[in-house]
Amino acid sequence: MHKFLIRSFVSSLVLLFTLTVAAVAKDVKAAFVYIGPTGDHGWTYQHDVGRKAVEAAGFKTTYVEGVPESADAERVLRQLANSGHDVIFTTSFGYMNPTNKVAKEFPNVKFEHATGYKREHPNVSTYAARFYEGRTILGTIAGTMTKSNIIGYVASFPIPEVIRGINSFTLAAQKVNPNIKTKIVWAFTWYDPGKEAEAAKALIDQGADVIAQHTDSTAIVQMAEKAGVYAFGQASDMDKFAPKAVLTSVENNWGPYYVDRVKAVANGTWSQKDTWHGIGDGMVVISDLDSQMPADLRSKVKKLQADLASGKVHSFTGPIYDQKGNLMVAEGKTADDGMLAGMMTYVKGVEGDIPK
Amino acid sequence: MIKIVKRDQPPRAIFFFTPVLAIFLTLVAGGLIFFILGFKPFEALKFFFIVPIADKYGFSELLLKATPLCLIAIGLSFCFKSNNWNIGAEGQLTFGAIVSGGVALLFYEQEGFYILPIVILAGAIGGMLYASIPAILKTYFNTNEILVSLMLVYVSKLILDYLVVGPWSNPEGFNFPETRQFSDSAKLPLLFEGLRIHAGIFLALAAVVISWFVFYKTYLGFQMKVSGFSLKTARYAGYKGKKMIILVFLISGACAGLAGVGEITGPIGQLHREISPDYGFTAIIVAFLGRLHPVGIIFASLVVAITYLGAETAQIFMQIPKYTGQVFQGMILFFLLASDYLLFFKIKFIGSKK
Repeated sequence: MHKFLIRSFVSSLVLLFTLTVAAVAKDVKAAFVYIGPTGDHGWTYQHDVGRKAVEAAGFKTTYVEGVPESADAERVLRQLANSGHDVIFTTSFGYMNPTNKVAKEFPNVKFEHATGYKREHPNVSTYAARFYEGRTILGTIAGTMTKSNIIGYVASFPIPEVIRGINSFTLAAQKVNPNIKTKIVWAFTWYDPGKEAEAAKALIDQGADVIAQHTDSTAIVQMAEKAGVYAFGQASDMDKFAPKAVLTSVENNWGPYYVDRVKAVANGTWSQKDTWHGIGDGMVVISDLDSQMPADLRSKVKKLQADLASGKVHSFTGPIYDQKGNLMVAEGKTADDGMLAGMMTYVKGVEGDIPK
Repeated sequence: MIKIVKRDQPPRAIFFFTPVLAIFLTLVAGGLIFFILGFKPFEALKFFFIVPIADKYGFSELLLKATPLCLIAIGLSFCFKSNNWNIGAEGQLTFGAIVSGGVALLFYEQEGFYILPIVILAGAIGGMLYASIPAILKTYFNTNEILVSLMLVYVSKLILDYLVVGPWSNPEGFNFPETRQFSDSAKLPLLFEGLRIHAGIFLALAAVVISWFVFYKTYLGFQMKVSGFSLKTARYAGYKGKKMIILVFLISGACAGLAGVGEITGPIGQLHREISPDYGFTAIIVAFLGRLHPVGIIFASLVVAITYLGAETAQIFMQIPKYTGQVFQGMILFFLLASDYLLFFKIKFIGSKK
């Protein structure tokens, strides 16, 4: 009896201790601010998948969707910081200035801003994905699968992120098929199914038989399905929206990073970082390869994927020339991150000019 | 049996009662929607309408949000009172912001007391210029001002897109679609330390006072009223319709332009693609909810502003989808239009004959 009491007392103490530790560690609350609705099946949808991974790891989360990049963003951020959230992920470029402004007022709250470059206070980190690595895969597939040698590309805004994607895609396509041309249509939107479908249609009418996209809706793959051409899913696996057209998708996989950062806040090991992860770190994921692709292409893509992950292959390996034939990256060299971050010129093989 | 009878003259009491009724019905319907969605209706309504303004900061945010709505709605009431259907306040706001933002960028990294008045004036002029297009087309070419003003909204947004993506984009900003931040001299002063409420609220209050004076104390106000009741009567009375049409559009455009100035030189501090969450359109609801009366518009702008704030709070604390805020705005307008039926018709209950 006596022993039993002591034992149960000790074990309950141990239990209490573990519970307290667990409670302290898991008491961290994370908030997510989204630009669009969680049901967009693109950008915001994937961030929300990441948020759910944080929930699954045992943390409490909150999200606010459809927050405009107007004066409202600052209020939402302040309200989240004020209501007991320890780390706030702001998942659109336009939140950059409000994020830094509110971060100054709440030094104890950590802020994580996606795709921006300003880290004005020690409690602000930035993160982005090396989507261009995924586009190297897509370019390889497009260059092999095209018959007309015209590849269409629906682009959003002429910023380095998008130019880099177009270049990476075109370079990879040229490698397997030197005759291809990449035609660009600028939609000047990240998400507008109507405009995106129109852009895709214009490209198909110009003879493109593979369509790539750097906008977020499923309208383009659906248009491709209707027209009987190939396409690639953006942000999430879009195969179910256009099973014949979609050859593969480049998925944004934020979950591991989010869980990692929230855990770091819980453990007190969070520090300011500028993260730029690619296929190797699992932030960029290639969906299942469609069976319409020949077996040798599929195995080639698998190998390329492994080489990009290990760093054996770099998307921007010289010699790379711009549209006018000037050397951008010398033979045997690879573009450094500084060059990639500010990339504002097309490589040879891309048609048209960058809108100014 | 129920019989519907047309009224000869809408009673004044009902005129001001129906907006209150509309808000009440919106609350009831909103509560019902929350209930169907599986939320506790009273708790949801509390987070929607009370929690967001329960502290000083929240109340200041309410005023910040209501300022552009009030300003635009006052301007619109000049148009609506005189039978001019300016639907394009959002475009006038955008164009005003473009002109004033352009001027503010000219003074980049310069300081001086004279900068802010020029920036503000530029915004008003920009809004007026943009509003003059549908006004002139209406008076001289007989075009439909609803269509023209509405279509010009999209044009103005494309102009803004072009400018912030291209020539005005921040040279140090990696080509992201935004301009540089304005210098402090080009920004509206904040009223209190730590709050975002800025001097723009005085512009809105001035607009309220001036519009009240014009509506009820001037010949122009009387002309507007007569034209609003009957264009034929106005013509018979010899009013110069064209001049008035252009004037009310200019006033309306100036107000919308000033609202744009308030946003970019207030809380935003730069130009980018999204300077207004459709204030210009929401202000139409505000104008009608406020019965086109300056004081009514003050209250209406506060009511509508809170639907924005409440939607955020309700999502943060109760995970209610944020888009319910727009549902509330839509319901207010719907119930207002529906209850306006009571203005012109009365419902008589007649005992059924045995």
